[in-house]
Amino acid sequence: MKAVVQLAGPMILIAAVAALGTTVSAAHQLEFESALVSTAIVVSLYVFIGNSGVISFGQMSFVTVGAFLSGILTIGAEQKSFVLPGLFPILRHTHVGTPVSLVLAALVGGAYALLVGLVLMRLSGLPAGIATFAVLGITYNLFRNWEKIGPAAQALNSVPGMSIWALMVGCLISVAAAYAYQRSRFGRQLRATREDPAAAQASGIDVYRQRLVAFTLSGALAAFGGGLLVHELGSITTDQVYLELTFVTLAMLVVGGVGSLWGAVVGALLVSGVDSFLGDAENTVHIGFRLTLPEGSRLVLLGALMALVLILRPSGLTGSREFSLSWVRRRR
Amino acid sequence: MTLLQQLIDAVALGALYGLVALGIGLVFGIMRLINLAYGELITAGGYTLAILSGQSAVVAILACVAVVVALSLVMERVAFRPLRGASPATMLVATFAISFMLQNVYLLKFGSRGRTVGTLGGLNGAIKVGSLNIRWISIVALVVGAGLLAATTLLLNRTTIGLQMRAAAADFRTARILGVRANRVISFSFLVSGVLAAAVAVLLTVQDPLVTPDYGVSITLFALIGVVVGGLDRLSSAALGGFAIGFANSFVGARLPTSSSVYLPSVIYGLVIVVLVLRPAGLFAPRRRAVERV
Repeated sequence: MKAVVQLAGPMILIAAVAALGTTVSAAHQLEFESALVSTAIVVSLYVFIGNSGVISFGQMSFVTVGAFLSGILTIGAEQKSFVLPGLFPILRHTHVGTPVSLVLAALVGGAYALLVGLVLMRLSGLPAGIATFAVLGITYNLFRNWEKIGPAAQALNSVPGMSIWALMVGCLISVAAAYAYQRSRFGRQLRATREDPAAAQASGIDVYRQRLVAFTLSGALAAFGGGLLVHELGSITTDQVYLELTFVTLAMLVVGGVGSLWGAVVGALLVSGVDSFLGDAENTVHIGFRLTLPEGSRLVLLGALMALVLILRPSGLTGSREFSLSWVRRRR
Repeated sequence: MTLLQQLIDAVALGALYGLVALGIGLVFGIMRLINLAYGELITAGGYTLAILSGQSAVVAILACVAVVVALSLVMERVAFRPLRGASPATMLVATFAISFMLQNVYLLKFGSRGRTVGTLGGLNGAIKVGSLNIRWISIVALVVGAGLLAATTLLLNRTTIGLQMRAAAADFRTARILGVRANRVISFSFLVSGVLAAAVAVLLTVQDPLVTPDYGVSITLFALIGVVVGGLDRLSSAALGGFAIGFANSFVGARLPTSSSVYLPSVIYGLVIVVLVLRPAGLFAPRRRAVERV
């Protein structure tokens, strides 16, 4: 019963956001779609960072791989020969539907994460953070310059879109996968290593192996999220999946509460929502009174609000607890 | 001879990165806080110099130091003091939020196109020694870098506040029990790291005079990588790590054939991964587990 509630909370919230998104104007609908995609990406970060307690700045590598792979595979073959003549033949000639491209993105992203994890999962603490960041640096550098795997410094354009309902389904799949993982024996073992590495090892848990499992799943979900991202945006450049997105998604996770799936979902949706609201407020919104923010102040305020939340609630808005009904009752 | 030339340039860039690493390492040692907003201190210094470009160099540099130190102290008081003792991830993301906010403040205030710094532009001139062209700024960067490193070392080893800082870095709670005043020590470390950031701003704007809102980001990221690669647990290892990454960046960049020079970051990041996997405690960390962190 508890498990049903814990999973239903985030899922209903996501469905509600998607449903709300269909009732507003097309321009605002984009913001709801973007919130759903951010949630999928933040959940993928949570699978590794939240369960292992090891920080990774590298998950955007897998988002990059997923975004470009899924995007390229869904563009028609003739068009690719024309705009991206330098691609590897297999990428140039293959053309699949969006769902298949997302599955392929998840598989390739997972394989890449497995490869990276085999080398890096022996590390923990800051060395792990910096090493994963180095992986991101390499991924960015390669995609930025190598025309065999993508459009290099150009944008990847005319990627077919996805409806808000399809994006919602994608987001729900990520959440369900993350929840299934954290309830599995793998997830529980990894969470034990997060709480006390020495005690976990003494009880026979292979820390390296459990981290590797989570890193691989997280990479697959990140690539899947990257696929959603490219179909949501319709076009993408390497810079859109680099430093800023890395830190913004990480901030969403920590603001929500790094230790719970509920925290990841709430953080992503809330920060996206506040960001959109502040953006609208730059062109005047009515909330009982007229509110107009100076042009360009959106990101300043967003940064200040995130810092404020962390200062007031260092363990995140949800306190890293999962969703429960008593939580709702206590709030009332 | 070109090899020697490349070595000199690499050493000069290394000195600059070493200074940034020193500033980051100093605060980390005491607070266990990786300050991602350190780059924005450098940027603030850059803008101060740009605004005062018409003034005499002494006035501009003094103002730069004053502004950067003030910002560093305000940052500590407003944001990092309430977060003391929070989890590393929370502190890290908080410093990112500050960095993000400040970058956007700069964007709002100064626009995205950047301001040019004219102060000390003359240092880009070179002196000829045989077939070598040594730019004045290389010499100045080296001298200032070595001087500040020596001064910081003296400060830590020969003064009461330095002793207290080292004690706080070794064991913050015990140091407090023994009468070290936490706020004073931490504020002081932010002050010193602010002075270092100001020095970096002055040196960096000579070589790269166009100050944009994200001016300090890349050098901070690289220096941060250098700090971890060198070894977080000792200030000298951290500074050496910063030096090494600056040196490698300049030297490998100069040695790489032009056709593959766009892949320079991949080479550097690849080296970083190799070092971290082989020696997670740091390239320059002592074999035994280090106790002293500053």
